[in-house]
Amino acid sequence: MISLLAFTLLIAAGSFLAGLLGSLTGLGGGVIIVPLLTLVFHVDIRYAIGASLVSVIATSSGAAAAYLKEGYSNIRVGMFLEVATTPGALCGAFLATRIPTAAIAIVFAAVLLYSAWTSIRAEAPVPIYGSTDAIAERLKLDGTYPGESGAIAYHVHRVPLGFGLMYVAGTLSGLLGIGSGAVKVLAMDRAMSIPFKVSTTTSNFMIGVTAAASAGIYLHRGYIDPGLSMPVMLGVLAGALLGARILPGARVRTLRLVFGVAIAAVAVEMMFQALKGRI
Amino acid sequence: MAEARGIGEKRFESLMGQMLRAGVILSATLVLIGGLLYLVKFGSVRPDYRIFRSEPADLRFVQPVVADAAARHARGLIQLGLLVLIATPIARVAFSVAAYLSERDWLYSAITLIVLAILLYSLTGG
Repeated sequence: MISLLAFTLLIAAGSFLAGLLGSLTGLGGGVIIVPLLTLVFHVDIRYAIGASLVSVIATSSGAAAAYLKEGYSNIRVGMFLEVATTPGALCGAFLATRIPTAAIAIVFAAVLLYSAWTSIRAEAPVPIYGSTDAIAERLKLDGTYPGESGAIAYHVHRVPLGFGLMYVAGTLSGLLGIGSGAVKVLAMDRAMSIPFKVSTTTSNFMIGVTAAASAGIYLHRGYIDPGLSMPVMLGVLAGALLGARILPGARVRTLRLVFGVAIAAVAVEMMFQALKGRI
Repeated sequence: MAEARGIGEKRFESLMGQMLRAGVILSATLVLIGGLLYLVKFGSVRPDYRIFRSEPADLRFVQPVVADAAARHARGLIQLGLLVLIATPIARVAFSVAAYLSERDWLYSAITLIVLAILLYSLTGG
């Protein structure tokens, strides 16, 4: 059996890579760190999702500071949709304490497969509407983002659909200890036709608050172990910060393809282990 | 009016960003210090994470964690750092409530208050 120091350093190194890849591919560190801890280090999935959730808050808050400065995030959209994600997160965290760990692992594998698919397929352009939407107007959700020649205005649409999808994103976040950025972006970019850069930065902005809603419940249930969360949180944070720095020059397309195939394989392995009762 | 509000929002965003960054830096520092102490103290024993046993009560609630950290217990210090991290987005929401109230934006004051209530419910009792 390896020593605590070696174990901690290995976890920190793995978490660093998870944070780096999560940031470069835009999928976040959580979808990588939970399978890494459970499948490679044989950590119980409850400790794994506790440590992952904590690292998700760290990367979201750390990156939000930089994104807010750039002026892409739509704070009103974020705040309004948090009304859906936070109760969803509470619901997810309660579910996590009640359903068998094998069921959690199977839902996790399904989310991994979905993430793999979004990573591999080519981005279809988002339909942009010139008209305004009554609910969005009432909630003052329309905004602008910085373009090459001044601010570009956009209109937010299909608010109820986006709100409903956000509740689902919150539930998955609370159940699996991930940011569920992929579902959040789906809700904003596909359903509400918010421009891509705005939806990704606003999603990141919301992830910290959503995760904080389930973190309290995880803490009281004893899912957050300091000895394990320490290398995970520091590693993922350092990796994500480096990723954000090298992102502009990175060949993301190839990386997303390779990564998509890799996490699809991980999803299959996770489902297999869960069905054999090993998770 | 529109101009004045624009500047106000820019400042609001910048303050919010600084707040988040400060929270993350403070948290990472506490976790790092606690982590070094933890490795020095428990270097030879390794907890088995294969079986879930839940954490002891003093690492599961806000007040005992603060007491543990004040006594410079390694695991308590790490847990306090993690609590600071969880509190960072909550503080961001509380700050937004204050900002919307001062702008007399009642709709968004109500929206952010609902989110704040849910977050505090989770952190204090659940």
